[in-house]
Amino acid sequence: MPAAPSRRSADSDAPCDGDAEGMNKRVVILGGGTGGTLTANRLDRRFGPELEITVVDRDDLHVYQPGLLFVPFGLTTISKIVRPRHRQLRPGVRFHEAEIESVALDENEVRLADGATLPYDVLVVASGARIQPRETEGMTGPGWCENVFTFYTPEGASALAPALERFRGGRLVVNIVDMPIKCPVAPIEFTFLADWFLRERGVREKTELVLSTPLDGCFTRPIASKHLSYLLAEKGIELEVEFPAGEVDGDGGQLRSYDGRELEFDLLVAIPAHGGAAYVERSPGLGDALGFVPTDINTLQTKVRDNVFALGDATDLPASKAGSVTHFEGDVLADNIARYLEGEPLEPRYDGHANCFIETGFGKALLIDFNYDLEPVPGHFPTAFGLPLLKESRANHLAKLAFQQLYWHALLPGRDIPGIEVTMPRAGKRIPADAAAGKVGATS
Amino acid sequence: MTETQIELTQVERDAEGFLADPAQWTRELGVEIARENGIDELTDRHWLVIEFMRNRYLETGNAPSIRSLGKESGVPVKELYQLFPKGPAKLAAKIGGIPKPHGCI
Repeated sequence: MPAAPSRRSADSDAPCDGDAEGMNKRVVILGGGTGGTLTANRLDRRFGPELEITVVDRDDLHVYQPGLLFVPFGLTTISKIVRPRHRQLRPGVRFHEAEIESVALDENEVRLADGATLPYDVLVVASGARIQPRETEGMTGPGWCENVFTFYTPEGASALAPALERFRGGRLVVNIVDMPIKCPVAPIEFTFLADWFLRERGVREKTELVLSTPLDGCFTRPIASKHLSYLLAEKGIELEVEFPAGEVDGDGGQLRSYDGRELEFDLLVAIPAHGGAAYVERSPGLGDALGFVPTDINTLQTKVRDNVFALGDATDLPASKAGSVTHFEGDVLADNIARYLEGEPLEPRYDGHANCFIETGFGKALLIDFNYDLEPVPGHFPTAFGLPLLKESRANHLAKLAFQQLYWHALLPGRDIPGIEVTMPRAGKRIPADAAAGKVGATS
Repeated sequence: MTETQIELTQVERDAEGFLADPAQWTRELGVEIARENGIDELTDRHWLVIEFMRNRYLETGNAPSIRSLGKESGVPVKELYQLFPKGPAKLAAKIGGIPKPHGCI
């Protein structure tokens, strides 16, 4: 079956069917975000024209998602964190802009809403996670974008900015509806920045700032909890734990839990429930009940088909849904796709490595670096002479801000970042004897 | 595995009573942990949830959230709270011998 023509092709003379010489294989990548873009670029750099790579996305807007955190506080704007998706792809990669209808696993093809069908030899699911505010009763009802907001979308973050600007005190509740969510530290960072923002504006004294979570604490890992709990006390943040949010009443300013508790708010900043991309649900056998794709935690081959791989927020891995995870996975994934195409055994090389800056307000940030087996510990990253771990510093804050340039110019093009290894470094870390030696599932 | 029944006092647990090693878990231990937490009898509905959670964790490394349980376990969210009044995700994980649901920090 011939491949569908691209509506927007960065490489107009690429062959449309499988007559090219060389390996002559087709890779279709679903999603042109962090994972899809860096995978396409890594594969193209490695194979050149002998591999036909098509990236599919429903729009041409690549959002630097870590930037969304800063939008509500007027520290950046959407236009500064969005670039065209197709411009981040190497010239040899095609970009096809269309909504994905479904994946037909048995036929090895992707069906698009514009009528096109894309056959593939290898499929990469990189379509991320989306928020599902409608999963919570009343969340998008009266009050939505008036006194009930989310900063997890460009529209939501933009709408929240003037609301925070107008805020003159009262109860500001930050609520995590359910796990998993993208960037699990973002709600904590938002709360810290809100404390800073409201103090700067002289309304903090008139504000009760509440963080509510379905987990049993803000910091649930023993070592992080020991090092960081002072932050909540220092900033006067109230914590509502094990709160399973079930219903939002925007008119009445109430958030209700499944177990009958109520939290009053004047301003609610909700982190809605998350699920995978909608087409995953429309594709029999591809995803779990939340629309995430069951994936081997170390090779990134999916458990649904040998020729289907996945990375980033779209997977069901027990790793954080975060850009750093996707970045490290991308290196392993591109290697393993090459191995698969060449008939070699896959390498179980991804160790769950994640690396995240956590803004704490007032120009400071924390850094955490961890993997499947080791929870965040103190020390320095990447070596003893690097940035401080689990400790507030100005350097971490500056590094967080500087990272956006690295994202566009090194991470997305699929270049290695000097000094940053895919596997988690141990040098520089102070690993306590009782650090959790995580046992992740039975697959490893 | 021997025929000898392992007792709760013989297995390593953390300060909150979660098993250190999910592989040491037995149904009998589950019954004992449930009793410690105020559930005197584990019904078929309890076991449905506990086994679903445990299997999902062993398969994926993730313990399912309340929402996943409500969608997939066959037990609606309301009933989950009746079965495990102190919080289904945490309590069912404890009884099923898997780690407490946690964030990245």
